[in-house]
Amino acid sequence: MKLDSKIPEGPLETKWQNHKANIRLVNPANKRNIDVIVVGTGLAGSSAAASLAEMGYNVKAFCFQDSPRRAHSIAAQGGINAAKNYQNDGDSVYRLFYDTIKGGDYRSREANVYRLAEVSANIIDQAVAQGVPFAREYGGTLDNRSFGGVQVSRTFYAKGQTGQQLLLGAYSALSRQISKGKVKMYNRHEMLDVVLVDGKARGIIARNLVTGEIQRHGAHAVVIASGGYGNVFFLSTNAMGSNGSAAWKAHKKGALFANPCFTQIHPTCIPVSGDHQSKLTLMSESLRNDGRIWVPKDRKDAEAIRAGKLKPTDLPEEKRDYYLERRYPSFGNLVPRDVASRAAKERCDEGYGVNQTGEAVYLDFAAAIERYGKTEANVKGIDNPSAAKIKELGTAVVEAKYGNLFAMYEKIVDDNPYETPMMIYPAVHYTMGGIWVDYNLMTTVPGMFALGEANFSDHGANRLGASALMQGLADGYFVIPYTIGEYLADEIRTGAIDTNHAAFEEAEKEVRGTIDKLMNAKGDSSVDHYHKRLGNIMWNKCGMARNAQGLQEAIKEIRELREEFWQNVRIPGGANEMNPELDKAMRVADFMELGELMCKDALEREESCGGHFREEFQTEEGEALRRDEDYAFVSSWKYTGDAGNAELVKEELVFENVELKTRSYK
Amino acid sequence: MDLKLKIWRQANQNTKGELKDYAIKNVSADSSFLEMMDQLNEELITKGEEPVVFDHDCREGICGMCSLHINGEPHGPQNATTTCQLHMRKFKDGDTIYIEPWRSRAFPVIKDLSVDRNAFDRIIEAGGYVSVNTSGNTLDANAMPVPKADADEAFNSATCIGCGACVAACPNASAMLFVSAKVSQLSLLPQGKVEAKDRVLNMVNQMDLEGFGNCSNVGACAEECPKEISLENIARMNREYLGASLASSK
Repeated sequence: MKLDSKIPEGPLETKWQNHKANIRLVNPANKRNIDVIVVGTGLAGSSAAASLAEMGYNVKAFCFQDSPRRAHSIAAQGGINAAKNYQNDGDSVYRLFYDTIKGGDYRSREANVYRLAEVSANIIDQAVAQGVPFAREYGGTLDNRSFGGVQVSRTFYAKGQTGQQLLLGAYSALSRQISKGKVKMYNRHEMLDVVLVDGKARGIIARNLVTGEIQRHGAHAVVIASGGYGNVFFLSTNAMGSNGSAAWKAHKKGALFANPCFTQIHPTCIPVSGDHQSKLTLMSESLRNDGRIWVPKDRKDAEAIRAGKLKPTDLPEEKRDYYLERRYPSFGNLVPRDVASRAAKERCDEGYGVNQTGEAVYLDFAAAIERYGKTEANVKGIDNPSAAKIKELGTAVVEAKYGNLFAMYEKIVDDNPYETPMMIYPAVHYTMGGIWVDYNLMTTVPGMFALGEANFSDHGANRLGASALMQGLADGYFVIPYTIGEYLADEIRTGAIDTNHAAFEEAEKEVRGTIDKLMNAKGDSSVDHYHKRLGNIMWNKCGMARNAQGLQEAIKEIRELREEFWQNVRIPGGANEMNPELDKAMRVADFMELGELMCKDALEREESCGGHFREEFQTEEGEALRRDEDYAFVSSWKYTGDAGNAELVKEELVFENVELKTRSYK
Repeated sequence: MDLKLKIWRQANQNTKGELKDYAIKNVSADSSFLEMMDQLNEELITKGEEPVVFDHDCREGICGMCSLHINGEPHGPQNATTTCQLHMRKFKDGDTIYIEPWRSRAFPVIKDLSVDRNAFDRIIEAGGYVSVNTSGNTLDANAMPVPKADADEAFNSATCIGCGACVAACPNASAMLFVSAKVSQLSLLPQGKVEAKDRVLNMVNQMDLEGFGNCSNVGACAEECPKEISLENIARMNREYLGASLASSK
């Protein structure tokens, strides 16, 4: 099998413009006869559904939540990148492109990333036109801040709720189309399979999560925008319902799955507190603009802190190790996520961790409070301000910037981060891998598209902060509305899709078979029990650091666990009613297969790059050792009937515009 | 800690529900309220009983999916906090906790503690948007400056998570706080002003059609709102509504 990424000819700067100008169109009268299914209503799904409906297609949109507004994009905190250069700090489309390629450790496609940078500015214009209340300066213009891995301020934000505001913007556009009847919305529905007729995606099988009814939905194209699969680890910053099932089902029906092992472990999350933990909470990367990360210099001090005999605020400056500033002076606390996470793990593994489990480092705002306090005192014309006054003024500034995050931290941990440093530790946050797509965002199955976190295309081996929102909206608002025409132009004579076709019959039968098998297992252990065990294997052996032996063990353990799961899972209640345990079981069943593929992919990739750190491949200083000559490709996996026997298809990555360098943030 | 729970169980919309007693032991004070519910469900599953159905998703206080009337208060005793962010350290060992669904005609119970809040979506569909196509060919984002105070105020209104606690808290089951937050956000921004009159009339009309009650200035909605949406929004909406009604040609 040969992969054709369909990257347009011509110079990087004009590829997208030329491609758009030459793409095939579907005339308005024909659009009215074409149906498109969109699975997922996060930033990518909502924006795609709204845009396609505006253009005249008939859209059916599906989400498992009780409203499209609740998709997990809503939880994104820090911001969205755009190459606007409003700050006049030298930003440009090229610089955003370059930062993203470099940040992704040279494992993404130049043409896709350039297009993303190119349309980024439109996203901000669009969102403002929709009434998204971004943060503003006193002059009434938009404010920016910085994120990791870059040296400009290009991140637009709405306090710590940027994802919420952007999603509500997309949801409002979607709602407008629902009210016009151009989108039919299916809340509390889950896609359980995609249906192929003569090799083309022709619809889906969905389950109504309230009644348990199994439904067939036909369409001329299916757009998967179902997000990432970080919940394979059980504990992650994803929502409880976030799942990889739609993407996995697409994979099993022929869509190649790319770079499954590229997982983002986010450096600043609230540490695990105990066995009861159901999820982990992120503390936005924006906090690293002002927070300084440290552990004690002396292991004895760390031990004393862990034993509760010493308070972090009692430790003088010279006894603290600001290890990011020490190791990476030019980027300091704003190194990219993969680098920051590994550095935290390194310190904790060495015994410098600061909470009871030994798996936490400090994120300290005392210096920022003092710095802001002094500036405010100057602005207010206060001579010789007292330390208390400076603290008061500085605290107010920090509160205005990050108040909601600090409040959230206090609710969860019961500690006041204005008074004592936050404790943080890395946690699973995002998956760069996903369904393989070409430049048009079409998968290897004709008529099936994948957008947002569900695809693999733009972030390489590590995503930069504030780029997920950018990609979701770019794909949905500005890419798919054009590129889907290239495919649908051939569908104008197809007519309505017949859901009585044998392919629908068969797919429905298979779905019903899976449900029966799960319901009839009638074993001893709950779905969560198995999900936690899977998560443990994944975190310990396919997490922040991986090695061949561990990955081989993980594959074996997952296979055994999967076997046991199907024999011994217990799902109470019935299949023809609201049954969240059954919903979960279907998702975990897919994670059990996807997890194995992730390990296989991690085992095969004998190099370290971005979020994928193989212990066998590191520099003397402990930095990731990339092997461009052998591994500058996208690992795309073809399903062959068993997750573990997937076949590797390589898409070679060609870099014509950037030089491959060792990534350095020193 | 050990707790006694009285939980509303209801098989579906058409059956009668009732409070049932449960006892739970060894709950960690550091676990969240929903993690306590997870623990209970795990025990119920082990015993072969049906677990309690409740809505939840992000568990970060932002998606608005979680609900629950806890000891008579929407989202429980802690101010400005959703149920998912409420932690068990706010309770005492030996406490009895009443757990019920939102109660409103417009939010019918689906099962146990889960209710149908689609009425909120239909209100947004009636006009909670700016009618602009998603072409991206709009004005440059900085072409129209917005005073910081207006932008901040619009943001405060826009932080509503659509959970429905305002309706659950109100003796009239009124949705005025939810509707007014969206009306306010868009009427404060220049982009939303063009359609402001139609918007407020259409959204209020839909709110009435859904069967929500009227506002009688009790203020419980703002008191219980996990995002501290202010009553000023309702005042602003009333002004907008009055102005729009007088000026409307419809």
